[in-house]
Amino acid sequence: MSKLLTARAGADDGYVPSQRRIERERFRRTRTRRATAVAALSTLVTAAVLYFVITRSPGWPRTRETFFSTEYAAKALPKVLEGLLLNLRLLVVCGAAVLVLGLLLAVARTLRGPVFFPLRALAAAYTDFFRGLPLIICLLMVVFGVPALRLQGVTTDPVLLGGSALVLTYSAYVAEVFRAGIESVHPSQRAAARSLGLSSGQALRFVVLPQAVRRVVPPLLNDLVSLQKDTGLVSIAGAVDAVYAAQIIAGKDFNFTPYVVAGLVFVALTIPMTRCTDWVTARMDRRRAQGGLV
Amino acid sequence: MRLANRPLRLAACAAVALLAAAVGCAPQDESPGGPGAAGQGKQSCDRGKLATVADGKLTVGTDKPAYAPWFQDDDPASGKGFESAVAYAVARQLGYGKGAVRWQTVPFANAFAPGQKKFDFDVNQISISPARKRAVAFSSGYYDVRQAVIALKGSRAAHAKSIADLRHLKLGAQVGSTSLDVVNDTVRPDQQPAVFQKNDLAKSALKNGQVDAVLTDLPTAFYITSAEVKDAEVVGQFAATGAGKEQFGLVLDKESRITGCVTAAVDALRKDGTLAALEKKWLTDAVSVPVLK
Repeated sequence: MSKLLTARAGADDGYVPSQRRIERERFRRTRTRRATAVAALSTLVTAAVLYFVITRSPGWPRTRETFFSTEYAAKALPKVLEGLLLNLRLLVVCGAAVLVLGLLLAVARTLRGPVFFPLRALAAAYTDFFRGLPLIICLLMVVFGVPALRLQGVTTDPVLLGGSALVLTYSAYVAEVFRAGIESVHPSQRAAARSLGLSSGQALRFVVLPQAVRRVVPPLLNDLVSLQKDTGLVSIAGAVDAVYAAQIIAGKDFNFTPYVVAGLVFVALTIPMTRCTDWVTARMDRRRAQGGLV
Repeated sequence: MRLANRPLRLAACAAVALLAAAVGCAPQDESPGGPGAAGQGKQSCDRGKLATVADGKLTVGTDKPAYAPWFQDDDPASGKGFESAVAYAVARQLGYGKGAVRWQTVPFANAFAPGQKKFDFDVNQISISPARKRAVAFSSGYYDVRQAVIALKGSRAAHAKSIADLRHLKLGAQVGSTSLDVVNDTVRPDQQPAVFQKNDLAKSALKNGQVDAVLTDLPTAFYITSAEVKDAEVVGQFAATGAGKEQFGLVLDKESRITGCVTAAVDALRKDGTLAALEKKWLTDAVSVPVLK
């Protein structure tokens, strides 16, 4: 604000700020400085108090040795990263499958016309069931139940089976997100599209879905991050992911540091993902606002 | 000016509140280097008068479910099953009768998490190792462990005669177990082994053919093949490897004051033959199982 004013004052348009205005700006600057100083001080005090409380607690040496041992961190990191590959592969493959299946389910659920009733009912039953079923139970049923059937040609690979269980559960969540997006598009959009001569399918494809998908990008990202963390549950059948790699070391040597390492790795993975979506959303918003806001 | 003072005052208030919380939260006991840390100190092992978690009672921890043959019917308090019997024998040695023993459910990870323990000692087939001794205290060993391989009868894995024969198989073991260490350090298989949270899951995977063979300690292997997965057999056992034999120990808090007493009790039970008798009573004899080399 003040920068803008000075720049304008410097421009040769004969504008000279009044004494009172200069006074006011100076006052504001001192206020800002003061606020910054206070914020810095209070942050410092808080940090100092937290540091004091944590490091002076009687159990701190044990806690530091058990949770923040550099020796175990160094030992765990390579194995955790190796396990992370499994998480990432699952995230990419399952994420793509979940988006496709979720969108199909949502479209099936929002189709109109009596002829589509069975499809609507099936899609509704699917989302109700798998959204309610705890993921861990879904995983156990698929990972240990399917191979127990001893069907010819059906895989017993825990990663493939676990991945399908993830897709089953998460596509139900994502379908509901997509459905909310589709239903949030105002009916007049459809009406306008139909009146232009677009068929029902074309209206959905070219008018409703593009708007719907844009609206639900943030909650979709939420589900993806959630999926990213839940990919580790596949380890229930013996596959070793990042968290499990940590648990193996923790269980062997009775030290929890590997868990902290795995946790940080996941956080480090989530943050760029969030920033990326923020960027995508911002870009979409800019596009939508093209031509200026009235 | 009155307004300007507010953030400062707020900060001061926050600091005071935090300090108060800090003082309030700080546990007063177990000061590092205090009487507790020294281990034994002047504490004697007077019968029935140890510094236990609950006065006059001995609290013993184990995981749930408690597996056979170590515990029978998932009921540690029955005195049946090898570890249950050992726990009561140790208690008797320390001067605590059957009625003075309380059982506490302690998940595996909680047995070694730092902080106040809810048990005097934990008995859960936990092997003694130097790395683990940095986190908890152990009594002396109450059982010499051997690891074994089980596989479905007639399968490729069931014909294994040596460690080399196991190398090309998909192996499974429980997380946090020394069986898994044997897989990784002794067998060193070509494929990454499957690691299971519980032996129950490993058993399902074995039945389903998702793994070729599962490693457990020998008594568990016997129990699984005789009672749970009857179309499986014990393929072989591993020789106790070079650097000292593997032993199960009772787990105590690192700062526990009764570690010395418990160790003395276990040693006494070994010396007077009680442990050998309990082993004979509850665990199958391992002589008939071939040793894999």
